[in-house]
Amino acid sequence: MLTISLSQFLIVAAILFTLGVAGIVLNHKNIIIVLMSVELILLSVNINLVAFSAFLGDLTGQVFALFILTVAAAEAAIGLAILVCYYRNRGSIAIDDINMMKG
Amino acid sequence: MYAAIVFLPLLGFLIAGPFGWRIGARPSEIVTTSLLFVSGALSWIVFFQVALGTAPASVSVIGNWFTSGALQVDWSLRIDTLTAVMLVVVTTVSSLVHLYSIGYMRDDPSRPRFFSYLSMFTFAMLMLVTADNLVQMFFGWEGVGLASYLLIGFWYEKPSANAAAIKAFVVNRVGDFGFALGIFLVFVLTQSVGFGQIFAAAPGLANKTIHIFGLDLDAMTITCLLLFMGAMGKSAQFLLHTWLPDAMEGPTPVSALIHAATMVTAGVFMVARLSPLFEQAPAALSFVTIIGATTAFFAATIGLVQNDIKRVIAYSTCSQLGYMFVGLGVGGYSLGVFHLFTHAFFKALLFLGAGAVIDAMHHEQDMRNMGGLWRKIPFTFAMMTIGTLALTGFPFTAGYFSKDAIIEAAFASTRGGAFYGFLLTTLAAGLTSFYSWRLVFLTFFGAPRWAAAGHGAGHDLAAHDHAAHDHEAHEHQVHDHEDHGHEGHALDPHESPFSMLIPLGVLAVGALFAGLIFSHDFIGEGGPEFWKGALYLRPDNHILEAREDIPGFAKQLPTLLMVVGFLVAVLFYFLAPSLPGRLARGAKPLYEFLLNKWYFDELYDAIFVRPAFSLGRLFWKGGDGAIIDRLGPDGVAARVVDVTGRVVKLQSGYIYHYAFAMLVGLAAVITWYVASGVR
Repeated sequence: MLTISLSQFLIVAAILFTLGVAGIVLNHKNIIIVLMSVELILLSVNINLVAFSAFLGDLTGQVFALFILTVAAAEAAIGLAILVCYYRNRGSIAIDDINMMKG
Repeated sequence: MYAAIVFLPLLGFLIAGPFGWRIGARPSEIVTTSLLFVSGALSWIVFFQVALGTAPASVSVIGNWFTSGALQVDWSLRIDTLTAVMLVVVTTVSSLVHLYSIGYMRDDPSRPRFFSYLSMFTFAMLMLVTADNLVQMFFGWEGVGLASYLLIGFWYEKPSANAAAIKAFVVNRVGDFGFALGIFLVFVLTQSVGFGQIFAAAPGLANKTIHIFGLDLDAMTITCLLLFMGAMGKSAQFLLHTWLPDAMEGPTPVSALIHAATMVTAGVFMVARLSPLFEQAPAALSFVTIIGATTAFFAATIGLVQNDIKRVIAYSTCSQLGYMFVGLGVGGYSLGVFHLFTHAFFKALLFLGAGAVIDAMHHEQDMRNMGGLWRKIPFTFAMMTIGTLALTGFPFTAGYFSKDAIIEAAFASTRGGAFYGFLLTTLAAGLTSFYSWRLVFLTFFGAPRWAAAGHGAGHDLAAHDHAAHDHEAHEHQVHDHEDHGHEGHALDPHESPFSMLIPLGVLAVGALFAGLIFSHDFIGEGGPEFWKGALYLRPDNHILEAREDIPGFAKQLPTLLMVVGFLVAVLFYFLAPSLPGRLARGAKPLYEFLLNKWYFDELYDAIFVRPAFSLGRLFWKGGDGAIIDRLGPDGVAARVVDVTGRVVKLQSGYIYHYAFAMLVGLAAVITWYVASGVR
């Protein structure tokens, strides 16, 4: 039977993590994509937790993964709410327009 | 008692200066004036005891000022006949001027300041004349210079007064530079600055040479020339005279006290005090004669054509100071000091009289707008006439004795430059007579030009005001007009208050009789026991005896020229009033030359002021701006701005740039940590 080793889980998680980071750094268009990228990073961490928990036979990791999902959902809700407010104020959510910290 | 004379004016200054605003103007006036009168009374007592009596000359040391190696300087009071004469002159004129100022300055808001300055001046002048060493003399010298600066610029709202004050200060710096160098040289030669030691060492220094700038020069000549340079500045002698006429910007009592009677004679006093040094330097004395004679003549020529009543008297002062230096230069120190003594009376009288005229005319100083005043202010007219008689040397007035004695001595002297001195002082005597009587005639006689001028000025002013205040309310204009009309009618010359007339009377007595009473003691047979050695004469100096034995025509010549000057003035301003104008047009270049004061101000402007300004601009723009600032602070600041400008560009303001930087940094840290952990 084809068994999936721990390192394969970790590689998938690392790929997801890298995709998330790349989405944050390379994306110049839309801040919603940044939010989605942050979700991707959180998911990659969840995969790590679940993988380790399964391989070590310790349920604590999976419990934590559930907590993280909950927090991620709350965070996504808040992030979207901020976005809506921001759009009302500035009329745009393009990242290239958000440069008030320019020196 | 000696200390009281010197320090009572200081007390007056300390009361009226810092506390004048608190105790009020009237108490300040009373305190300073009465302290000065006490000081003046004590001075006369000293004069009778030391000069006329038999009290010995004394030096009382008050305390040590500083000691540095061989240089020891004490605060001390040297009281001998010369000092006693100066004490009397200074405190008498000063107390009368204090009294006069109570009347003259009655409408001025800053009277406590004025009186405190006057008292401070008097204190500094007394320190000068009682000095027993060159350094204390220099202290007084600079103190009177400071007081002069403050009082010329007393009306500091007037830009012209400030400019005149600065000019007086700067021109005096030139002279003081020479004076200071002279003091240094005296110390080098004698290892002392005290008069006792210097005078004792002076005979041994004759013909000693000193090596300066590769030249072997006669030490005493150089020393005396440098010291005389200080006297030239303070006494407004030829080349350094330009400040004195401008100093007339100050209030008139100041002109009388400082710029006629006392401070400007400090140079004469200094040369007389240092007679033991000057006696060893005949070449320097010749220089003194030449400068004095040139000043006497040149200032008199300028005085001929000036129209400002105070400027005429200022040039007259300049000219008379020249006489004093001629007297000193031919070796007759007592003659110079005697002329100083009498001159203080009649020149202070003339200045205070001019002040009374100016006061009567509501601060009009131009003689062309006066005339016919003798009916309006007869007392002032009488006093001015007495002053003029004394100045021109009318027989048996003060000037007759002192001025003619100097001319006679110049004739009798065989020193270098003495004949030049005789020639110019004699000519100047005629010029003096002319310009003095011209002043009197223009001011007091003829048609009253002030009535017309007053009306004209009133209307001009009103018209000007209308133009200026066109936008203002109509009522205001009408009010203005009424005011000016009123003033035009009210320009009614009035006699001054008694506080101003009393000093005039006292000084007039001095101007009339000072020569008659004192000539025997100062310059006659009574000289030796009067001076008691306060003025040193070399054994071969017989000028005082030689003066008596000159031919009759030389004795009479100054008086003759005085009469000629008077007659010419009568001709010009009584008999043919159109003549001066025709003459001025006929000899226009000469008239312009004199009216513009020999173009000295323009000359100095071209030689000194402009080059100094352009040199300053060169260093300011070129040296400081282009080199020091550009390479120094400004350059560093500019580089900092450049660097930060580039750093600022890193701050793009995009979150993802910061996030990327964080990630790269984090990755680098982890990599390093992991890599080093593996190893």
